[in-house]
Amino acid sequence: MKRTTSSFEVNGTRISAEFDTRTTLLDFLREHLDLTGTKKGCNHGQCGACTVMIDGQRSLACLTLAALCDGRSITTIEGLANGDKLHPVQKALIEHDGFQCGYCTSGQIMSAVAMAKEPWGESDDEVREAMSGNLCRCGAYPNIVAAVQEARAKIAKEQPDA
Amino acid sequence: MREFELVRAASVADAAKSLAANEDAKLIAGGTNLVDLMKEGVETPGTLIDINAISGLRDVTMSDDGGLMIGALASNSAVAWHPDVQEHFPMISQAILAGATTQIRNMASMGGNLLQKNRCFYYPEENARCNKREPGSGCDAIEGINRMCAVLGTSEHCIAANPSDLCLPLRALDAIVHVEGTNGQRAIPIEKLHKLPGDTPYDEVDLRHDEMITAIEVPPSPIARNSHYRKLRDRTSYAFALVSVAAAIGVEDGIISEVRLAVGGVGTVPWRDEEAEAAMVGQPATQEAFSAGAAIIFRETKAYSGNGFKIDLAKRAIVRVLSELSGDAK
Repeated sequence: MKRTTSSFEVNGTRISAEFDTRTTLLDFLREHLDLTGTKKGCNHGQCGACTVMIDGQRSLACLTLAALCDGRSITTIEGLANGDKLHPVQKALIEHDGFQCGYCTSGQIMSAVAMAKEPWGESDDEVREAMSGNLCRCGAYPNIVAAVQEARAKIAKEQPDA
Repeated sequence: MREFELVRAASVADAAKSLAANEDAKLIAGGTNLVDLMKEGVETPGTLIDINAISGLRDVTMSDDGGLMIGALASNSAVAWHPDVQEHFPMISQAILAGATTQIRNMASMGGNLLQKNRCFYYPEENARCNKREPGSGCDAIEGINRMCAVLGTSEHCIAANPSDLCLPLRALDAIVHVEGTNGQRAIPIEKLHKLPGDTPYDEVDLRHDEMITAIEVPPSPIARNSHYRKLRDRTSYAFALVSVAAAIGVEDGIISEVRLAVGGVGTVPWRDEEAEAAMVGQPATQEAFSAGAAIIFRETKAYSGNGFKIDLAKRAIVRVLSELSGDAK
């Protein structure tokens, strides 16, 4: 087996590890670090369930080789809340009932958190376009859009320069 | 996935040297296309050369004369949201944002976008015949599901459409692709980068094995401020084009002074027909002139069982976009 060594940060914790070069970031998070909040849906970059932040940019963990994360900083769904205090997007998803089975939810949340800092317009159509990389097979889309709208308005108010 | 060695390149020269030393090596930047194809067993490199740490290849700069220089490692997102790109070359920004999703655009590099593989259903399908994946095996798309395939530039060996949105405005604007290999640097006009399938559909781009793309140069084009990218697809977002149009037009006193036009979803390479543009110049900016130009582009097509609809759809899309851009949208 061909192996490589990489160091990166996951939710603020420094990780150094040796692993098979073929390991995706998704498998590394789930199988090596037991961070199973990041989900494996299609494993081909089509569903968005594995969305994480790499250096603050939302990315697909299933199409990212862990070895290419050397020196980078990764945030997963587990790194979002501040202790018991949920992130505004997490709160909004609960309040708006933005899920049924919940499998896509961590990806939806990571995407929405990143989206709040991206230069999208304000309409619901913009939210749908910006969130089109996150599929929800339960079809909770209307509630997800409502939750995203509420959360990003709140974020903009709390951190006008963020 | 086949096992592979991972090598990290510190410079372009380093990457070129690693490529030259190893026939079985491939570069990896964003990896959005390559990693997926490696999982499918379509791409089986024995070595991956990580080029992400090479410095100086992420800048997007506008020169005093209004041209753009885009580093090959700039992310698709960085270019799409760049204020100069949005203001002076809106169709480049729109084309990028019409492709894939934010997650993928954040990862994908500009150089990689130019080299992305086709999305013909049969290409990654192990049990299907595909002359790109397995030269000489045949083409199952010709008599199969070919809704996403091309009607221009096809051959009896391959009808896959080039899937890049980005390549269309670049082709319309005569972009130049800068590459570097062990023998030095080269500047390739984008029209020469992608090859028609002909008898060798597996031979897709005019790049030597040891060369890597370092930058994309977009020459100044004042009319590009008045440009637009329109993409028609089976769903509103995150789908490849059935048909798309990248167009810029200049109109003076009601007369067409210049047109730049490329059409997507229909060609085996990013499709542009300068004869159509020349025929429109000097004509009144009317739907009749746009329609006549569109007819020239599609004068020699080959439609297959599932994609003949693209010809009319593309012609109408061209007329619509040029009409809107020239204020003649009736």
